[in-house]
Amino acid sequence: MATILIVDDSASMRQMVEFTLKEAGHQVMVAEDGLAALNLAKGAASDLVITDVNMPNMDGITLIRELRALPAYKFTPILTLTTESTTDKKMEGKGAGATGWIVKPFNPEKLLATVNKVLG
Amino acid sequence: MATKTTELATVGTHLKREATTAEGLQYLTFTLAGESYGIDILQVQEIRGWVPVTKVPNAPSFVRGVMNLRGAIVPVIDLRLRFGLESVEYTKTTVVIVVTVRSEQGGRIVGMVVDGVSDVLNINNAADIKDPPDFGTAVNTEFISGLVTIEAEMVMLLDVDRLLSIEEMFAMESIRGADAARATA
Amino acid sequence: MAIDIGQFVQTFFEESLEGLDIMEAGLLALPPGAADLEQINTIFRAAHSIKGGSGTFGFKEVTDFTHVMETLLDKMREGQLAVTSEAVNSLLESVDCLREMLMAVRQNTDIDNARVGDLQGRLTQLLERKGAASGTADATGHRGPVASQPLPPAGGWLIGFRPHLDLMHRGNDPVRIFRELAALGDLTVRPDFSRLPRLAEIQPEDCYLAWELELRGDAGHEAVTEVFAWVEDDCDLSIDALVETVVPPVTGKTAAEEPGQGELLLERRSGDRRKSDRRGSGAAADSGSIRVSIDKVDAVINLVGELVTTQSMLSALGVDFDMDRIDKLHEALDQLDRNTRDLQEHVMRIRMLPVSSVFSRFPRMVHDISEKLGKRVELQISGEQTEIDKTVIEKIGDPLIHLVRNSLDHGIEPPGERGTKPQTGIITLNAYHKSGSIFIEVGDDGRGLDRDALRRKGLDSGLLRPGEEYSDEQIHELIFHPGLSTAKQISDVSGRGVGMDVVRRNIQDVGGNIQIASHPGRGSMITICLPLTLAILDGQLVSVGQDCYIIPLLSIVESVQIRAEAINRMAGKCEVLRFRGQHLPILRLYELFGAEDAVTDLEKGLLVVVEADGRQVGLFVDDLQGQQQVSIKSLEKNFRRVSGVAGATILGDGRVGLILDISGLIRVNNAAM
Repeated sequence: MATILIVDDSASMRQMVEFTLKEAGHQVMVAEDGLAALNLAKGAASDLVITDVNMPNMDGITLIRELRALPAYKFTPILTLTTESTTDKKMEGKGAGATGWIVKPFNPEKLLATVNKVLG
Repeated sequence: MATKTTELATVGTHLKREATTAEGLQYLTFTLAGESYGIDILQVQEIRGWVPVTKVPNAPSFVRGVMNLRGAIVPVIDLRLRFGLESVEYTKTTVVIVVTVRSEQGGRIVGMVVDGVSDVLNINNAADIKDPPDFGTAVNTEFISGLVTIEAEMVMLLDVDRLLSIEEMFAMESIRGADAARATA
Repeated sequence: MAIDIGQFVQTFFEESLEGLDIMEAGLLALPPGAADLEQINTIFRAAHSIKGGSGTFGFKEVTDFTHVMETLLDKMREGQLAVTSEAVNSLLESVDCLREMLMAVRQNTDIDNARVGDLQGRLTQLLERKGAASGTADATGHRGPVASQPLPPAGGWLIGFRPHLDLMHRGNDPVRIFRELAALGDLTVRPDFSRLPRLAEIQPEDCYLAWELELRGDAGHEAVTEVFAWVEDDCDLSIDALVETVVPPVTGKTAAEEPGQGELLLERRSGDRRKSDRRGSGAAADSGSIRVSIDKVDAVINLVGELVTTQSMLSALGVDFDMDRIDKLHEALDQLDRNTRDLQEHVMRIRMLPVSSVFSRFPRMVHDISEKLGKRVELQISGEQTEIDKTVIEKIGDPLIHLVRNSLDHGIEPPGERGTKPQTGIITLNAYHKSGSIFIEVGDDGRGLDRDALRRKGLDSGLLRPGEEYSDEQIHELIFHPGLSTAKQISDVSGRGVGMDVVRRNIQDVGGNIQIASHPGRGSMITICLPLTLAILDGQLVSVGQDCYIIPLLSIVESVQIRAEAINRMAGKCEVLRFRGQHLPILRLYELFGAEDAVTDLEKGLLVVVEADGRQVGLFVDDLQGQQQVSIKSLEKNFRRVSGVAGATILGDGRVGLILDISGLIRVNNAAM
């Protein structure tokens, strides 16, 4: 199964995503902000990154840009978690190099469907 | 929690249970220098016998110190001194009423030393409570929320939240302190 | 697979209430008129998280309400809406309202819809007043994409998919898209190799192929668009109804390329905007909850298991005990002692957090400020995994910010003034454990303290006496004095003279102390020493009359008996002891604390020499009693702060003992002198 890096400053979100993906048999790495995620990513490759956008210390957009600069993350799918269904918010992530997005609120089924879609 | 009876010092503690079963307002009455006072029974945590307390430096004289109430540090106030009455020596029958004082910062627990606990007073009709008079009582009327007359005896109902609020207690002290400073100057 | 998300709701409530506190603190600190972007962003982020969580957990009222708040905050952040006191007050009220809503949801009671509606209306009004029409439409939740939608044709869709060269740079993969389309119907893929360059010119990371896709089946237009949603702007795309006579109009969405450039700008701006400072969280989280790693909890559970074993061992011994088995008893008691100590230590560890949560804000801060000052600075962080009590961590953030700013502003020289040193200055942040305390160091390789300037200031202000010799420590100590700063010019980075005294006080408030070492031209090093935990303290019990006080063991230098001839009375009342070449002020505790029946003859009692902030005094007590670890309890909870007293504890006999605040006592004594 895949290794997935989850980045969100909200503990409840992190717990839910982590739990859901683990239940589906994935290996999960968790970080509570962009900086922590970047540090994690420098030490470990992953098959998919799911990151919140608005976070302290390092926001998701900066994180994506930093990740794309790492050789191991150049082509890794990165999805943003966004509460905004408006285009500019999604595009902000795309501009930095995100693969796509998951719009909050989402339920575990929707999350898994998207993850499976990306991972194939 | 107020119904624990294992501690020797606890005199009578089943007040809470009574309070919840009765209709209307209930006040715990006690005596101080021959007069009767009442406090809302819902604010009474428990009644204990007097045990020596630990003195606290730089506190007003009516703060006798702090005691250990099941691990919590609780200040003990001498109500006679709080009202500016003459103090009496504490005996085996001296009683401490532990009350919850409500403030904006949340509830605080305070013990107050009184001469003796009398009874639980039921007031079924709120109209029986009269406004406090402007004068004629030993206690500053701002701490009295009302008066009740029971069998020709007058009971003064105390506003404990006000009476035992930190601000109120230390405001008074700082005025006294200032007076004292002026007197020595 | 069905997943019960209810188990995470509790966490959501906890973090949301914390978030509300952050919002509240942030709003209160928001100066009307001036838009403090960082502050607004912190508030925005809290609202944003609550909105996201409430949506996921299905608390629609909360989501809708937070959405309006968020929209308002976003407009403020963007500068489209002024930060008026009216707006701030409405938002503050909204915070209260939201708190009640969350409580109502948590306790399954009714939400006060009238109040919510009223506030929501007022927020919407604020939004409308600035003509933020789109935001308002957003706010009321009536925004719905009612795009014109072609009806699903009988046959299916003909899709022209022409990826831009860099499509795969964002982790997208055409194969994934085909796979998804294939799930919608019968898919035929026809590649178009026309863009493929010669082999020598191929960039292996680029996508040169294009495709014509034929999707047969009853999939709707929306479903097909959805598949391409993530790559919409990374390709030219056409989706047309499949008609038998195929006229493939390659109408590439070239317009889509243009916003691409605009986005870059937008995105850069937003990068600047998101300064990463968790301001306001310090005060806000004072009474908050704590998230603990499972490891720590497991460790405690293991220890409890051991304790239970020991207990059963002791019980068994007690059933038919005889003196032959005294060794066994001792052994078991030793074990109990060990278990208790271990358990205590591990329970304390639950409150500990790595100091990285504070350190992590500095790289950005150092970067920003050094840029602003035109200095080249490298920040070196070490020991960030060192764990510190949560309460302490919350209190040291601001002092550390101040110290790092000082180093940036006054320590590190501008380029060109660094002589033979490397042009890039170095600031170090380090944390480590040593002998039951935690040390945090803030160092720089800058110019160091200006001893002469400090000395002059000290003389001017009367803190130093002319003609006397002072050690470096004594001179350096002056920077902690209110109002003394040697900065030659005022800067908006570290201000002037306000601070180091406050820094020291904040550190002292959590039972720590602060020291400075400095070498001219080589830099300064500030060392903060903090207690491992605020909950437990190694104490020396002393008796004074009938009372018993606790002196923190760490502050005790030694205990001595006094001979009367070694005592001088200075200027009236103040007594000093000539002691190891210095004059030690004597504080009679019984006088200070009004204890009765205490020993008053100095020769009959003991003097406990204590030290704090580099100063020593002698505390006169009746006698020493045992040493023991005491758990610190608050006097403030039911009473109030008492000067000279750090807290209270329950003694072995059940009485309350007061724990002395040595820094406080020394301060009081100095003031009296």
